[in-house]
Amino acid sequence: MFKYMFARGEDIPSGSAAIYFGFSSIVWFVIGTGLGSFNASKLAFPDMVTGNEWFAFGHMRQVHVHAVIFGWISMAFAMAMMYITPALGNTKLWSEKLGVWNCFLWNLGLTLGLTVLWAGITSGREYSDFPWFIDLYIAAFMAIPLGINVWMTIIKRRTQGIYTTNWFFAAAVFMVIIVFLVGNSPEFFHLTGLTEGYLTWWFAHNVLGLWITPVAAAIAYYTIPKVTGNPLYSHRIGHLHFWSVVVFYSTPAAHHLMSAPLPEWLKSFASVEGVLILVPAIAFVSNLLLTMQGKWYMFVENLEVRFTITGVLMAIPLNMQGGFQQTRAINWYIHGTGWIVAHAHLALLGFSTFLEAAAVYFGLQTIMRRKLYSLTLGNVHFWMLLIGFTIYWVSMTIAGLIQGAGKIYEVPYIDVVIAEHPYMIARWIGGTMVFTGNILWLINMWLTAREGTVVPSGRMPHELAYER
Amino acid sequence: MAFREYKIGARMFGISLASSMFITLVMPTLDIRAVGATDIALDKQLAAGRETGFNLDDPLMMGRNKPLKVLLRNDPKTNTPLDTPRYVYVFNAGTSFPSGILHPVTLGADQAQLSETQGNISLASKAAGAVFAISHGTVNGHELPYIENLTATKGWTPADILLVAKDEDVSHVGAGKTMFVREGCWWCHTLLPEETQDWQVFGAPPALGDFNGESPTAFGSDRKAPDLLHVGSRNSSREWMMMHFFNPRLVQPHSIMPRFDYLWGDVDAKGNKIDFAKWRTEYLEYHDGKRVTPPDVPEYAKDSEIRYLIDFVLSLK
Repeated sequence: MFKYMFARGEDIPSGSAAIYFGFSSIVWFVIGTGLGSFNASKLAFPDMVTGNEWFAFGHMRQVHVHAVIFGWISMAFAMAMMYITPALGNTKLWSEKLGVWNCFLWNLGLTLGLTVLWAGITSGREYSDFPWFIDLYIAAFMAIPLGINVWMTIIKRRTQGIYTTNWFFAAAVFMVIIVFLVGNSPEFFHLTGLTEGYLTWWFAHNVLGLWITPVAAAIAYYTIPKVTGNPLYSHRIGHLHFWSVVVFYSTPAAHHLMSAPLPEWLKSFASVEGVLILVPAIAFVSNLLLTMQGKWYMFVENLEVRFTITGVLMAIPLNMQGGFQQTRAINWYIHGTGWIVAHAHLALLGFSTFLEAAAVYFGLQTIMRRKLYSLTLGNVHFWMLLIGFTIYWVSMTIAGLIQGAGKIYEVPYIDVVIAEHPYMIARWIGGTMVFTGNILWLINMWLTAREGTVVPSGRMPHELAYER
Repeated sequence: MAFREYKIGARMFGISLASSMFITLVMPTLDIRAVGATDIALDKQLAAGRETGFNLDDPLMMGRNKPLKVLLRNDPKTNTPLDTPRYVYVFNAGTSFPSGILHPVTLGADQAQLSETQGNISLASKAAGAVFAISHGTVNGHELPYIENLTATKGWTPADILLVAKDEDVSHVGAGKTMFVREGCWWCHTLLPEETQDWQVFGAPPALGDFNGESPTAFGSDRKAPDLLHVGSRNSSREWMMMHFFNPRLVQPHSIMPRFDYLWGDVDAKGNKIDFAKWRTEYLEYHDGKRVTPPDVPEYAKDSEIRYLIDFVLSLK
């Protein structure tokens, strides 16, 4: 990487930035899920590693969250943007050098930010925990350079139209910069009180709704048609998806605070808009599943398609939960319980991660022109992720329902803790499976780069037989 | 190529995003801004000082630059007992003032007017330090709380107060909130009884005006442990808190809370070095049934981080 940071632009091979982003994202995924697994063990066995602030739950929980959001998910997004945007514009990335620098600065900033968080230095606001100097760094050196590269690549494209995926990329990277700067404004301008509390959740909602969800979906809009060879079922449904994300997904921030003292009109408005999230969700899922027509065998045989379609299928329970759990009728029962933790993992570890994993698998193979080293390891990774996640999701959902019942029947809290203990152990086992699977993935990708079968130009990696 | 064939789309995008920003940012902010501060909000901001998350006054989050909440029993000028003891908030010279003093408009229009005309808050000086209290006045027939600058109205200086106050009446609530945020207590303990069903167990949910001037609000979202907004009313035992923070399993065998023994620092109240290794060995023997009683929890030092944290938790009434 360092040799390309100071090379002339034309000397940097196309796709370098995507490769660096891809491998960085996998490394952060290993770190992030490792921390998650360790945190989960502390909830099951609180005395395991103790008496040291560096291994205290309260110091590590936010590091896990930010390592997976800013490290794994967002860097996988950046990786996908670095190779998909130019591919869809029939051109090269606008600046490969900017991309390489972006990747370096991203890793540097994230390392710094997570170290600061680990020490307990925080803004004290969930999801926008980074102190303001890290926020400014993220905006200036991570998000904006990525945006510039994406927008310029689209502007310099050599095709007539702009494909669905690229609308999403261009819009989402714009929206996340706005969301990031507005959402962190309480720190920049010392805003206090309910405004600050509301903006915390305005940020948390919109970073998911206007960044993670649309970019993950955009990746699937590329992967499925590309790998299966089927054209996208309907561009009109793609339009419906795009516009309903912009209009409906950007408004229900207050539904995260349904039982907090906010103005009632705001909560009611947010709740209605929250149900309308089903519009983009149904548009997306149906569009992708219909694109699979005639190619369903690839769901079984092809790793990238299997990852993507599994993620798409997980969007169904995800959005059914998401659309309705925030209404007053349901929210009073499950608010603040493990149910929400399960839901958040269904969004990030289920839906979104599976789509990104497919993009990273596919992208690294096509850019490096190397066939995946071991399909078996890839399959093991898939099943470790899916089974580990399912154990996690089921156990946390049950734990959440227990907590909800404990809450409304006024059970002494310690009895809820005792009842949840087996599910905390299950959660830890599930998380550890995901972590182990990711280590295998890193090894597999590393060996792919070193020893994978060379893919001739013009061929897709999955069209080749393994030769070893 | 640019975006020119997407002119309509780009404009529609701008209009839709701007409208949603207007509805979700501007309208709620105007609404929330009009809410007047309650007694609780004034207490929270005067006790916690300017802001608790990362800031340049306390970059390592050590609990610096924070006011003291003092239960005043004697008149600081005459040292005679007051009719009723009252809480005052002592900002030693150089301590940053909270949002309500710097920007009275955040208190709500009436509260701001009372604080300025009757409370003389505009006379308070950070360089000299000040003593504040919550007083009550009437506007248009409504009794409302306001901030009174006792340094201006009564001539009480921070030094006067600390001279007559006993150490047990001094609460490091602000520094304790720093510990609460830094140690991540709010990842499991919410500060937000829910409006629907928490009344019986965790007490009344907060009201709209209970937050003016507070930062961060640290509601918490993922409740893995009891809500703490009114914990000081349920349990006011300092000894229980001490044992529970040192090792929660001492008082609640099934607790999954981490041990916070590292907040004791190196020495105990008498200045002796705390032998954590010995304590853990003895606790393990107790845990395994080789001892009848657990080892004693060391008394914390007067200026230890755990004292701040316990002061904060007990202040949550």
